[in-house]
Amino acid sequence: MTHPMRELRFEDVTVRYGHTTAVDGVSLTVPAGHVVGLVGESGSGKSTLARAAVGLAPMHGGRILLDGEPVPTRGRNRPLQMVFQDPYSSLDPRMSIGESVAEAIPPGASRADRRAEVGRLLELVHLDPARAAARPSELSGGQRQRVALARALAGRPAVVIADEITSALDVSIQGAVLNLVRELQRELGLSMLFISHNLAVVRYVATHVAVMHHGRIVEEGPTAQVLAAPDHDYTRELLAAVPGTQHTKGSPR
Amino acid sequence: MKRWLSVLRTPLGLTASVLSAGVLVLAVLAPILWTDDANAVDTGNILAGPSADHWAGTDNLGRDIFYRTLVATRLSVELALAATAVAVVVGLLLGTASFLLGRRIGRLVNAAVNIAVAFPGILLALFFAVIFGVGATGAVFAIGLAGAPAFGRLTQTLVASVGARDYVSAARVAGVGRVRLLFRHVLPNVSEPLVVNATIGAGGALLSFAGLSFLGLGVQQPHYDWGRLLYDGISSIYVNPYAALAPGAAVIVAGLAFNLFGESVAKALGVGVVGGVPALPPSPDALEVEERPAERHHDHDDVVLDVRDLTVTFPGPEGPIHPVRGISFAVRRGEAVGVVGESGSGKSLTALAVSRLVGDPGRVEASRLELLGADLRASDTRAQRHLLGTSLSMVFQDPMTSFNPTQRMGGQLAEVARHHQGLGRRAALARAVDRLRSVRITDPEHRAHQYPHEFSGGMRQRAMIGMGLMGTPALIVADEPTTALDVTVQQQVLDLLTSIRAAEDVALVLISHDVTVVGEVCDRVLVMYAGTIVEDLPAADLAASARHPYTRALLAAVPDMHTDLDAPLATVPGRPVDPADVPVGCAFAARCPLATDRCLAEQPPLETDAAGLRVACWHAGEPIDIAIQDREQVDAR
Ligand SMILES: Nc1ncnc2c1ncn2[C@@H]1O[C@H](COP(=O)(O)OP(=O)(O)O)[C@@H](O)[C@H]1O
Ligand code: SF4
Ligand SMILES: [Mg+2]
Repeated sequence: MTHPMRELRFEDVTVRYGHTTAVDGVSLTVPAGHVVGLVGESGSGKSTLARAAVGLAPMHGGRILLDGEPVPTRGRNRPLQMVFQDPYSSLDPRMSIGESVAEAIPPGASRADRRAEVGRLLELVHLDPARAAARPSELSGGQRQRVALARALAGRPAVVIADEITSALDVSIQGAVLNLVRELQRELGLSMLFISHNLAVVRYVATHVAVMHHGRIVEEGPTAQVLAAPDHDYTRELLAAVPGTQHTKGSPR
Repeated sequence: MKRWLSVLRTPLGLTASVLSAGVLVLAVLAPILWTDDANAVDTGNILAGPSADHWAGTDNLGRDIFYRTLVATRLSVELALAATAVAVVVGLLLGTASFLLGRRIGRLVNAAVNIAVAFPGILLALFFAVIFGVGATGAVFAIGLAGAPAFGRLTQTLVASVGARDYVSAARVAGVGRVRLLFRHVLPNVSEPLVVNATIGAGGALLSFAGLSFLGLGVQQPHYDWGRLLYDGISSIYVNPYAALAPGAAVIVAGLAFNLFGESVAKALGVGVVGGVPALPPSPDALEVEERPAERHHDHDDVVLDVRDLTVTFPGPEGPIHPVRGISFAVRRGEAVGVVGESGSGKSLTALAVSRLVGDPGRVEASRLELLGADLRASDTRAQRHLLGTSLSMVFQDPMTSFNPTQRMGGQLAEVARHHQGLGRRAALARAVDRLRSVRITDPEHRAHQYPHEFSGGMRQRAMIGMGLMGTPALIVADEPTTALDVTVQQQVLDLLTSIRAAEDVALVLISHDVTVVGEVCDRVLVMYAGTIVEDLPAADLAASARHPYTRALLAAVPDMHTDLDAPLATVPGRPVDPADVPVGCAFAARCPLATDRCLAEQPPLETDAAGLRVACWHAGEPIDIAIQDREQVDAR
């Protein structure tokens, strides 16, 4: 199975809701095979930018390109996939997890092939394929987020947008999901836009980071560089707000 | 289905159900049994009053009114159901138009629906009756179409709300078409309120139909429904009042039966399920808070909440299970206590137990459970509800289920102040806007006029916190209030809680899975595992003072700015304990790097040390080789 690496590029993207400009002329590139972290406070427009890329938010200007071509947001061919923040609301409570994943498999496969594919995807995210018939309510938050990841991978995307995928999870599971994201990204060579409010988390998964504030990108660059020498006041504020930095961190032992 | 059956548990629900069923049975059987009696002409006995032979008298052909009323049940019910079906089908088409056809056309349809809703239904019905001509078919369409806009608007609101859920978006992004989206994801998840409202609508249609027939615009001779009988009966009301009263009573009984049945089902289904645990919905009384009772100022006891040996029990398939197993803690005035632990460790149930929100079949037991000195274990009295309603504010985890999707946000917040503080409409709304501003919602005047689905997830969460702060509580219990918020806003919200705490001397119980959040806001942290408190320690320097291996593992699982980028993150290996299957000995033993034979055999008691800290571990504070944890990347979750 090949997921060709592809580059995702936002060019001067603007999204308005009524009189509110949620995203204001944003340009951002996710290089092929790389993870770009997008940070910023709630309401700064991160999710809106992500939703615009998958056709869930109306664009009022600019373009979103995959290797230079507009991202298709209609039809079954969806090389760009998204994983949502809350695994408790991103799975239909009335469908088994197998059905949810199967629904995202491109049509044309036989029944048996689909079942095999569902099994493969569940295994890919370290879930027991025998649990395909389970309802979301029988799963823990971490397991649900794995299902959501499997569903996003079902369309064999080239680029995945992950919108705050660990912030609704228990701390004890957060690490496991982040480990899985890193593993999948490397194994499948995905390009990834990783949205998070937690700079420590972004530092761990992303090679590049972009900081969003009031609908604009205010700072951008290699993660290590931005975190070591932030240029913008807002980035400094974010750094100060990283959980735990207010306290002298002893060793966890 | 079980939830539908719970309708039968209330007296009103039971009565309504029995009545509705009775009407339906009568509709099926009456024409079979009594058509001949109803049509028997008795020319010698025209327009007679009630007698032993004719209980409700006879009409102008001498036919028995009582039998005719019974037989008319079928036609009346059939027509009402047909009209309801028209209303539902047309309403569904209108209500789903914007989902299926896109924003622009949808907006036009919605505008039309909104105008039609504002139009008096009976006028619409009369208008259609004129268009379709006088007769049953015309009346069915008239009443059906008159009811359609209201049903359409309800559908539209519900569809908009479910359509904005992430699982619909996710399916959309996966390339699932709109029609399939509608039938697979949206309609099944809005069907319950739609069915309930259709039932209520059927009651209304029955009344409207009687009205139209009574005006001579409905059923025509020789057919007859209740309205037609009423029409015929009225002309002879001075001769025999029962000729009009019998069908009139039938209309009222049947109409009420459907209406009440619908209402009771709505009530029964409205009883939400919090986190998979049956619980009462947050009633406005329990949720919100008004002025503190005067007697509080005479109360010198410093303890706001005192909990001893709290146990929560649910019946399970293999005997009772105990998700909370004997926990004790106290919260002092103005103190902030954090409760941390994985999901399923009993945090939320503890909060619900304190607020008396653990519903059937859950059982709460404690040797002491006191709020401001009042015993919360006593039976559910008005005084106790008042105490809870005025002194305790709950802020819940899930912002979507805590708001009514069909009402504007400002109105929902204002409702609280109107109910508890007796504020006027204007003052209440002003306070709502003020509270929205205080939880950092920009342009609150404008936002107050929006519906919940127009708020982003983070904003809904903040609005709910604002709702919890409409009054001035003595204790705020916040269950994962900031989980979905971004740090900077989290910080603002926590600052807000902190400032209220300082200004009003309010105690705070902050439940969170995030140790660092709790560590920054609280004075003290309770760590829960498998329904017990395993450690009680000051929040000031968690990393240094944590002695329980579980607390230390939680702290190590959070990446920080020094985490090694080349190694996988440390995770807590294994899975949390299933409350139905709690092991003997220490519940954490299976995941604990320090576990010994003693841990497997004996449960460590929660011991208090000289400094007042509590920990339940046989090997508290002993060094852990962190490398062991790193190697154990087996993560079964
Ligand atoms: N469906 C919507 N309708 C109207 N406004 C919206 C909608 N979704 C988002 N917004 C607005 O867009 C802005 C950015 O929101 P969002 O992208 O969710 O922020 P973030 O992801 O950074 O938390 C917010 O001010 C919000 O009010
Ligand atoms: S009692 Fe034993 S098993 Fe339990 S936490 Fe302490 S060391 Fe680990
Ligand atoms: Mg967001």
